[in-house]
Amino acid sequence: MSTTAILEIEGLSKSFGGVVAVDNCTMTIREGSVVGLIGPNGAGKSSVIDLVSGFERPTSGRVRFAGVDVVGKRPDQISRLGMIRTFQTPREWRDLSVIDNVRVGRSDLERESLWRSLSAARRLRRQDALDTEQLRELMEHYRLDDIRNDRAVGLSGGQKRLLEFARIAAAKPRLTILDEPMGGVNPVLGERIGEAIRELKKAGSTVVVVEHNLPFIEKTCDEVVVMDLGSVIAQGRFDELRDNERVVDAYLGNDDE
Amino acid sequence: MSDAYLDAPVVLRVENVTAGYGGSPIIEDVTLDVRKGHITAIVGPNGAGKSTLLKAISGVIKVTSGHVFVLDKETTNLPPEKLVRRKLAYVPQVANTFPDLTVKENLEMGGYTRKHGVAQRIDALGELFPDLKKSLRRKAGALSGGQRSMLAMARGLMLDPEVMLLDEPSAGLSPILQSALWEQIENVTATGVGICVVEQNTRRSLRHAQWGYVMVLGKNRLDGPAEKLLHDEEVIDLYVGRMS
Repeated sequence: MSTTAILEIEGLSKSFGGVVAVDNCTMTIREGSVVGLIGPNGAGKSSVIDLVSGFERPTSGRVRFAGVDVVGKRPDQISRLGMIRTFQTPREWRDLSVIDNVRVGRSDLERESLWRSLSAARRLRRQDALDTEQLRELMEHYRLDDIRNDRAVGLSGGQKRLLEFARIAAAKPRLTILDEPMGGVNPVLGERIGEAIRELKKAGSTVVVVEHNLPFIEKTCDEVVVMDLGSVIAQGRFDELRDNERVVDAYLGNDDE
Repeated sequence: MSDAYLDAPVVLRVENVTAGYGGSPIIEDVTLDVRKGHITAIVGPNGAGKSTLLKAISGVIKVTSGHVFVLDKETTNLPPEKLVRRKLAYVPQVANTFPDLTVKENLEMGGYTRKHGVAQRIDALGELFPDLKKSLRRKAGALSGGQRSMLAMARGLMLDPEVMLLDEPSAGLSPILQSALWEQIENVTATGVGICVVEQNTRRSLRHAQWGYVMVLGKNRLDGPAEKLLHDEEVIDLYVGRMS
């Protein structure tokens, strides 16, 4: 793990109407690490992801990704810099085949029109044999080989998760942000997802995982960032959390009258 | 406290219930009791399956294995409209009032299947919830968050339930309003209703409940007198402790 920062968030805030979702949030993610972003319901974790990936615009604050200031950039511009994010429910190109979904994973993903992605798939299909070989390996690795020509819309929830990881692996992003990848996932697939995250790390990608399955976080992440009420209240190793009073208060609630 | 609790009759019994939304189960093998005139709190971190458990008990989602008994009669997988006749009321977290109807109309809707005594019941609930009594002609949508939570509870009480399930009644309320709401919940138990409440604020709910169950990732991990759980280090471990 290097000490270079891949993502620097500084004084980030976002209000929706009168509600402050993110409140002066500051954190640094080191390149090559797997970081769990945790915290109780409503802590602002998903809002931070939306701000970092350009899906929402902050009220104030800075986000630097790989040294580039990304506030004000569109999601597709940010993804082209090498950041991929997922959503709580997998999103895929419904009408493309499984293999074409992985193919377009190689090009820029977010907010691209279906027409453009279709032509991108056609263009990418003509690429050289080495790519085809890699693609075949990916399909096999994520057990999508038998359903490679099925339309993505018909896949099960678990298959959609695997497709998502195949697309990420094809795109080779510098930073991957996963929003609750374990939601509605059975234990076997859960193991597979943990493995996929470790593989991303091995391939050089930095991974941020928002998840409330804490045993999974403990097993998968190098360190954790804990949020509560829109701010970061702790960052460090998972096994240090137990002794952090602010973290315990955030999880168990305050009983002051 | 726990002696009086254990002497009270069980009004809701959940036995080894497994349920979910069609894929892998969200809650597994969950067992719990709710007793007459007492508050039972279900606590646990995000994603523990607390709200799902209430939905399974109240017939909103299907129980795939296990049993639910209300007043010693099996009610497993009865649809919600039949469960209200078995004296079980469920107050969901959202969409629990009709915003375009007045408070009085909301209560009348709550008593829709009641053959007689609707007006008397509204009067009685007005005594229990003085805040609502003053606002009977107001539209529910114009109420404050705290009042709306109380209206949702009062609606559930229109059919004289013996058991009431509350899903995060204090969500979004300020600490002062939360206290007021808990006071109301205690007043309702004083009328003999057994209450099962799911809340995010673990410490606060354990302080008001007599018995607590700690759920983690769909399973029941620990239960005991709420006061004891409140100071139990093991509870903290279940939230943020080392798992391996």
